[in-house]
Amino acid sequence: MTENTQNGWKLLTLVGPDRAGIVAEVSRVLYGAGAELGEASMMRLGGVFTIMLMVRLPENVADLKGLLESVRNEFKLRVHVDEVGAGLHRHVDPDVRITVHGADRAGIVAEVTGALARAGLNILDLRSDVAGSREQPIYIMTIEGVAQQGYEALESALAGLPKDIRVTLSPVDIVRG
Amino acid sequence: MAVRDIVLYPDERLKTPCEPVETFDAELRDFVEDLLDTCAVGPGAVGIAAPQVGLLKRVCIVDATRARRPVPNHGRLVLVNPEITAWDGFAVGREGCLSVPDYTGNVIRAEKIRLAAFDLEGKPCEFEMEGYEARIAQHELDHLDGVLFLDRLVSRSADLFRRKG
Repeated sequence: MTENTQNGWKLLTLVGPDRAGIVAEVSRVLYGAGAELGEASMMRLGGVFTIMLMVRLPENVADLKGLLESVRNEFKLRVHVDEVGAGLHRHVDPDVRITVHGADRAGIVAEVTGALARAGLNILDLRSDVAGSREQPIYIMTIEGVAQQGYEALESALAGLPKDIRVTLSPVDIVRG
Repeated sequence: MAVRDIVLYPDERLKTPCEPVETFDAELRDFVEDLLDTCAVGPGAVGIAAPQVGLLKRVCIVDATRARRPVPNHGRLVLVNPEITAWDGFAVGREGCLSVPDYTGNVIRAEKIRLAAFDLEGKPCEFEMEGYEARIAQHELDHLDGVLFLDRLVSRSADLFRRKG
């Protein structure tokens, strides 16, 4: 993998109260300014809409935040921009998937991801939700990653976790044809 | 014997239904040799279909022996004019494609299938496949109908609702 920090991709983070039209307006403004959009993750978290988006600006535009000033005001968005050397065509295939669920309590994520990290898991994708009722919340998490020390290392690590959380480890076998 | 260039999405040939093979001749055998060679060098490839090298004929390779972990399989299969005749159950699984580099996504496929085809000599054959091998066959047969796994993507969270049979 070549690190190229000169390629101009910025990582734009936008968060604000969820309502219809945020993505359309943000992308309209960026497209209008000649920006390119790369990979993105956009989702509603806790009633707030969150956007993480790779953006590359044309040479005659420097100020990404300034470009988004009107849409920021209209949708009450918080805007954050990083230049951290992101680039396209760097996908890594996951080889394991872990699902976790249990009655919600403090420490689930730290316990599970701590055990996984010590056993060599590189997390590529993690989604989690608190669901259930207000009185009896449940925690649900799905993780995809690369088992850098092998599948068995993860199996052993997860076997030692507290029994109040249900953890399922399964291989991701990609059919490429 | 040669490795052919892979046709890449969004090439129209990948969206075009293929014609049945009419004659089982030396030309077909030579083509299949090339298809096998091309599959062998495809990174992580467990199958390939004729349109992926630009020939719009109903021929494909299904090779579950190349799976990363051992899975039930019928060996390296050359399938001519294949048809799925029965389906059972469904499962979500991850797929990629030689014609769509740098991307994988989740697709729902039948867990078990029965498949009728002809071999290279024109002899009819039938297979009952399950799991990984059945998934390869469904992916390759889709190619013969001009369908890509991109046409069948489901959300990543679909993993949570995986069901069997």
